[in-house]
Amino acid sequence: MSSRFIGERLARVDAPDRVTGRAVYAADISLSGMLHGRVLRSPHAHAYIKKIDATRALALEGVKAVVTAADFPALKKGGVIARGEVELNLDHIRQVALAHGKVLYHGHAVAAVAATDPHIAEDALELIEVEYEPLLAVLDPEEAMKEDAPLVHPEQRTRTRDGTLDRPSNIAATYNVSRGDVEEGFQVADVVVEHTFRTRTVHQGYLEPMAAVARADPGGRITVWASTQGNFSLRSQLASVLELNSSQVKVVPVEIGGGFGGKLNSVLELPAVLLARRTGRPVKLVMSREEVLRATYPAPATAITVKAGATADGRLTAVKMRAVFDAGAFPIAPVVAAYLTSLAPYKIPHICLEGYEVVTNHPKIGALRAPGAPQGAFAVEGQMDLLAEKLDIDSLELRRRNATQEGEPMPVGRAFNRIGLQPLLERVAAHPSWTTPLKGPHRGRGLAVAFWPGAVMPSSCNLTLQDDGSFSLVVGSVDLTGTRTTMLQVAAQELGVHPSKISVSVGDTDSVGHTEVSGGSRITYTMSNAVNQACTRMLGLLRERAAAELEVDPQELEYDTGIFSSRVSQDKRLTLTDLGRQSLRRGGPVTATGAVARMQPAPAFSAHVVDVEVDMETGQVKLLNYTAFQDVGRAVNPTQVEGQIQGGAVQGIGWALMEGYQFSESGVLQNANLLDYKTPTATDVPFIDTVILEIPASDGPYGIRGVGETPIIPPLPALANAIHNATGVRIRELPMNPEALFHAMQGRGG
Amino acid sequence: MKRVVTLTVNGEQRQALAEPRVTLLELLRDGLGLTGSKEGCGDGNCGACTVLLNGRPVNSCLVLAVEVDGSDVFTIEGLARSGALHPLQQAFIDHGGLQCGFCTPGLVMVAYALLQENPHPTEQEVRMAIAGNLCRCTGYDKVVRAVMAVG
Repeated sequence: MSSRFIGERLARVDAPDRVTGRAVYAADISLSGMLHGRVLRSPHAHAYIKKIDATRALALEGVKAVVTAADFPALKKGGVIARGEVELNLDHIRQVALAHGKVLYHGHAVAAVAATDPHIAEDALELIEVEYEPLLAVLDPEEAMKEDAPLVHPEQRTRTRDGTLDRPSNIAATYNVSRGDVEEGFQVADVVVEHTFRTRTVHQGYLEPMAAVARADPGGRITVWASTQGNFSLRSQLASVLELNSSQVKVVPVEIGGGFGGKLNSVLELPAVLLARRTGRPVKLVMSREEVLRATYPAPATAITVKAGATADGRLTAVKMRAVFDAGAFPIAPVVAAYLTSLAPYKIPHICLEGYEVVTNHPKIGALRAPGAPQGAFAVEGQMDLLAEKLDIDSLELRRRNATQEGEPMPVGRAFNRIGLQPLLERVAAHPSWTTPLKGPHRGRGLAVAFWPGAVMPSSCNLTLQDDGSFSLVVGSVDLTGTRTTMLQVAAQELGVHPSKISVSVGDTDSVGHTEVSGGSRITYTMSNAVNQACTRMLGLLRERAAAELEVDPQELEYDTGIFSSRVSQDKRLTLTDLGRQSLRRGGPVTATGAVARMQPAPAFSAHVVDVEVDMETGQVKLLNYTAFQDVGRAVNPTQVEGQIQGGAVQGIGWALMEGYQFSESGVLQNANLLDYKTPTATDVPFIDTVILEIPASDGPYGIRGVGETPIIPPLPALANAIHNATGVRIRELPMNPEALFHAMQGRGG
Repeated sequence: MKRVVTLTVNGEQRQALAEPRVTLLELLRDGLGLTGSKEGCGDGNCGACTVLLNGRPVNSCLVLAVEVDGSDVFTIEGLARSGALHPLQQAFIDHGGLQCGFCTPGLVMVAYALLQENPHPTEQEVRMAIAGNLCRCTGYDKVVRAVMAVG
């Protein structure tokens, strides 16, 4: 079948609802008798909770309930839920939802209140009396690693490659990974560079604050509407903590106002459910922006030291990385991902990682678009530029000489299957954004390369032939980035019918098979496989139905654009409309499912080129041109692919130039609003030009690769490299805001 | 003490009770059921709640409901007429000028206000006009192109 719909710029099917204000997000839900909740948060970064007294709050007119961690069922030790390749620790989920015994960061949830009006709920917070015993806060990861540091979790022992250490420590885990012998590699190097690169905690900055509505039925069933990237993952989290069967929890899809990895773990849903159970009424909880910044799951601050060696002719010989990640109040940080992704683009004989995942009294970190990769690339791509300078080799040429290819080992795990890095770099080399000379004072051009391995997680869908021959496709994945539209294109392609004959919706957790989170650049890749499967099964079922109706052998029928016809006698034909009608009389309605658990990952590379002009008086960086090159395997919908690349690039630009958490000495976030935590506006960025390469992935339909993650990675190092080219100053700490750049230029003596 | 607020919303006269501390955004969303305007920050820094108040774009989270008594308010719900999308809304769809859509109502309203005053804005004029509206998904590229396509 010709690819009529794959590669089309189909408008998003959900767009009319979004431009008219009709799209329903969790905070827009209103149910009969619904109460409004608010969360009381800790004024300390680290303290014992001695006592919580809600008597006065409960006496306030309109207040219906106050809940705390004491309202959770007792936790069975060691509870974890597998989520794709990651495990979710139930104890951590529960403790983030409501602190028990101890608050672990400023803004940590302590209690939640439900009232008839959100303002009354807000008033009630001040009437909840909490007695704290403050503890020394652990805020600097390097300090926290010392043996005599105060402990965030006195019971925590360090996990290492060789087992668990027997001494309490804030180091949750160490990672020692290597290939070859780096010392040998450095010995044969002609040039060796070594520097430390630092990044701050940054937030996903999704526009929609977290929100949840919960309803508890007298029979024990829970229904939740939530701003989440994974309805099924949320269901598992709620069911596990509340000790219910998964089928007793129903998560109903709503639109989600951005996630970027920040809405994978539950935050508000558990307190909402506890309040709904206590009151017997639906409860809505919506976070303020301040709460979002203080008490959700930002991306980790890092300190990454990269020692890199190369021969005079520009061959990398060894890279050693030491990485310290501030995981915040609970473990799990993408330390190995930083190493894997940043070294993946290059053939390097000797590599090693010494990584530390450290807990502190900061909010628990979460995923942010290619977790760990931007921080790793900031360090490695910065060192690549420095090596190029020292070796007097063009920075693109240095990358081309070392670029990896199919069959080469990845830094961790298996060898690469088909990848497009080398063609990507050739495209950069020939492109005007790279070949056109950049003229003018204080201007510089920067380049950086990025990699994301691509995640694979379960996906599920149901496809039903309706009574008139149209189709309904129900997918299990939250539509973060246009899933309904791309899956419509896939179904139209495979069924050979016009997209107007198919409607696509996101199913609730009762109506479709378990589908893991929308994250890791994996939905288009894996869900298209499930949809493909459902369409193949559907056409197989319909072929049999048609053959029975026409009284011919199924193999005698050919199918084209909605019509089964006999190759033997031309008058024997049935349309989908005929089959839809007949299905109600004979055989019954036809539904086919598609389900995928495992596929090979589809790795993706990108390279960004940016031109900047630096105001030498103020340190202000102006972006002149920005071009993003990416191998997407196959662009199912080029408009959406471009949108992902442009949005990711600008998110990375924000991380590079303006964003960063500023904590006080007592661990209080100082910039907990969008004026002081500044993200890019339309005046901060130029048009983002995109150059899309389509080098098909080895596995999966159409050669698709994930798109969403890689674009956030290159802006950090590309901008640092461009600023160096413009000013001669190398910045190794983010953000590279005017103040930092001004001081760096002063320090250099002009 | 609640007060009666009478206002015109999208051409219809509406009346609602509001406490003095209730914002125009809360009045629209909770009082009148018009949830198209979004709260992204509650302090005027993101623009997701933008509506036109007597013809001028405002952050409705920074306006108190009692202040708008007797005023004319135009929200995202009023832009499409008789089921037909406004050309600006169609341009956002055609150019891919939205992703998660949470900032979209505010962006559409502020762009609508721009085009009323300046029907043929340059790229820089569009960027300046929407600088108070944060979008985290699109990088603004396709939003700016959508607005320019109408102008």
